[in-house]
Amino acid sequence: MSVITAPAPAPTDRPASRMESLLRARELGIALAILVVFGLTTLNNHAFAQVASIQQLLNGAALIALLGVGETLVIITRNVDLSVGSVVGLSAYIVGDLFKHHHGMPVLLGIVIAIAVGATIGAVNGLVTTVARVPSLVVTLAMLYIVRGVDGVIVHGTTIDPASIPTAFTAVGYQTLFGIPWLALIVAVVVAAAGYAMRSFRSSRDLYAIGSNPDAAALAGIPSGRRVFTAFLISGALAGLAGALFLALHAQIDVSGGSGYELTVIAAVVVGGVAIFGGSGTVLGAALGAVLLNTINQALVASRVSSFWNGAIAGALLLAAIAFDRWLSLRVTRSLRSAEGAHRDL
Amino acid sequence: MTSDMATRPPVTNSHTVVESGQRAPWRGLLRWESVLVLVLIAVLIFGSSQTPNFLNPTNFFYTGLNMGEIAIMALPLTLIIMTGEIDLSVASMLGLSGAVMGELFSNGWPIWLAMAAALVVGALGGALNGVLVAKVGLPSIAVTIGTLTLYRGIALILLAPRTITGFPLSLTKIGVVPIPGTQLAYSAAIFLAMAVIAGVVLHATPLGRALVAIGLQPEAAQFAGIRVNRIKIWLYVVSGVVCAFAGILLTLKNSSVSYDAGTGLELTVVAIVLFGGVSIFGGRGTIIGVVLSVAIVGALQQALTQMNVQPEVQNIVIGVLLLISVVIPNSGEAIRHIRDRARRRV
Repeated sequence: MSVITAPAPAPTDRPASRMESLLRARELGIALAILVVFGLTTLNNHAFAQVASIQQLLNGAALIALLGVGETLVIITRNVDLSVGSVVGLSAYIVGDLFKHHHGMPVLLGIVIAIAVGATIGAVNGLVTTVARVPSLVVTLAMLYIVRGVDGVIVHGTTIDPASIPTAFTAVGYQTLFGIPWLALIVAVVVAAAGYAMRSFRSSRDLYAIGSNPDAAALAGIPSGRRVFTAFLISGALAGLAGALFLALHAQIDVSGGSGYELTVIAAVVVGGVAIFGGSGTVLGAALGAVLLNTINQALVASRVSSFWNGAIAGALLLAAIAFDRWLSLRVTRSLRSAEGAHRDL
Repeated sequence: MTSDMATRPPVTNSHTVVESGQRAPWRGLLRWESVLVLVLIAVLIFGSSQTPNFLNPTNFFYTGLNMGEIAIMALPLTLIIMTGEIDLSVASMLGLSGAVMGELFSNGWPIWLAMAAALVVGALGGALNGVLVAKVGLPSIAVTIGTLTLYRGIALILLAPRTITGFPLSLTKIGVVPIPGTQLAYSAAIFLAMAVIAGVVLHATPLGRALVAIGLQPEAAQFAGIRVNRIKIWLYVVSGVVCAFAGILLTLKNSSVSYDAGTGLELTVVAIVLFGGVSIFGGRGTIIGVVLSVAIVGALQQALTQMNVQPEVQNIVIGVLLLISVVIPNSGEAIRHIRDRARRRV
C-alpha cells in the first residue's frame, strides 16, 4: 500500500537516496506536465502566455492548492478531511458578514477571524477522530453537513455583495506584486513553510510514520493522537484562510460558496502524488497537482475546445495519475527488493 | 447467531474477551438497528407534534418519491462498503445514465431501447470501476473520485446545455401518482423489493458471508477460497447498473433530464449507508439498518420541510445523526481506552 514510504527510517543509504530521487522525480514529472500543457496550448493560442492569462491561471489554482496543503497533512496520517469545502463557505460568509456590519474592520482581523473559524472546526474534527476513535471519513462527512447547515442558518437566504466588502480586502484578490498575484504569493508562502516543516521537523516526520504503519508508530512512542489532531487543526485553519481568500477573490458569497471543493482538493492531492492511504507524498506535489488540474482546465478553454470536455478530461487524467502512481510504487518495491539482495528475497 | 457474530467488533485484547464471554442474553437487543427503530419512532412523534396530520398517506407518498433514487443507490453501495471498498461515482453514474437515455431518446430511439442502453452504460461504467479497483489494485476512493468526474464529464459532453423533455406520459406518471390502490411511490416500491433481495443475498447466502469475510480480512478470505477480485468487480458492475436504473427512474420522475441531475448526491448516499450502521472499514452492517436509515432521513426531511426549515439547515440534523451513529457505538471502547491511558500514567 504505502510502499514509497518516507525515507526517514531506511536502514541503508542506497535505497533511501533512490527513493528520494524517485519522489523528487514525481514532483518534477508534474511540473514537466504543467510545462508541456502550457507549451502546447501556447503554440495553439499565443494569448495563453500573456501575463494576465498566467495570473489568472495562478489565481484559479491558489485556493485548491492551499486546501491541498492541509489535506495532504491529514491524508499522510491515513485520514481524510471532507469538511474543507463547507469550512471555506462558512468562514468566507462570517468574515463577509462582519465586514458588512462593521465597515471599518481591519483587513488583517478579517483574515485572522477566518482562520480562527476554520481552526475551531478543524479542532472538532481532530478531537472527535482521535478521542472518540472513529473513522475520520465519517466524522468529516458529518461535519461537511453540519458546517454547511450552520452556514445556512447564518446566511438565511441572503448574499454578501461586493459593495459591503472593503476594497482593501478585495485588493488581495486582484492586486499583484511584481506581476505575481497576492493570492498566489500567500499560497506559495504557505506551501514553502509547510514543505520545509514536513521535511525537517521531527513532529512532521511523525505524520509519515503514523500513516505508514499506525501500530508501529504507536509502539515507537509517537503521540499519534496529538499529531493527528494537529494535522486536522492545521487543515481546518488553512481552510479558514482559504475562505477569507475566497471572499477576497470573488467579492461576494452566498450559502453555496465552496461546496464541492472537498473532492476537487482530494483529486488535486492524489494527482500530486500523495498516497490516499497515507505515509507518502509532499505538500509541494499537492500544490503542483492543483496547478496542473487548473492549467488543463484553462488550456481547454484557450484551445477553444468546448468547455464541456473539461470534466471528462479531468477525470481521465485523475485515473491516469492514480494508475501511474501505482506503477511507480510497484517499480520502487521491485528495485528495493533487488537492492536488498537475493538472500533477503521474500 | 451468525449475524450477531458479524456485528461484534473484532476482539482486540483480553479485556474484551472476558467481557464478550459474559454477555447477557438481553444484550442481543443492544444493537444499532434497535437504536434506529427508536430514532424512527421519535422522528415520527416529532413530526406529528410539529405539523398536524403528519402521518397522512400523501406525506408517505411524497417521502417515498423524494427518497426513492437515493435509497436505491444506497443498496449496492452497502454491499460495496461491506467489503471495505467505496463507490463515490454513484451520483455521476445516475447522471450519465439519464444523459444517455435522454440523448438517445431525443435522437428518435424508442424509449425502451434508450433505457436499455442506459443500463448497459451503467454496467460498463461499473466494470471500469471494478477492474481498476480489483484487477489493477488501485484505492477505490481515489478511483471513484476519478470516475465521478469522468462520468459527469461524459454526461456534460452528451447533453451539455440542453434539457431533454417529452418522455412518454405512460412512464413519467411514476413521478406523479402512487401505485394504484396504495400510497407507495413506484421508486419506493422498487427500493423495498431490491432491499429484500439485497438482504437475502447479504444475510442468507454464501455470497453474503463472503462479502462479510472480505470486509473483515481480505487476505484470509482469499486464502479461504473466496474469489475476492471477481466478487468485487461484479459488485461494482451491479452498482453501476443499479445506479443507471436509479437515473432512469429520476429522469422519468422529473420527466426531463439535464447533465447535472443528482450532482453531489454521492455523499448523501454514503451518509445514509453509514448512518444505517455499516462500518466504513467493512465487514459490519445490515440491510435492515440501511432501510431504517432511509426511513429516518426521509421522514425527518419531510417533517423539517413542512416546518419550513431551509434545505441547507436540514443538513445540520443529518450531520449530527451521522456523527452520533459513529460516536455512540464506539464510546465504550473510547472510554476504556482513555481509562487505560489514565491508569498507565499513574
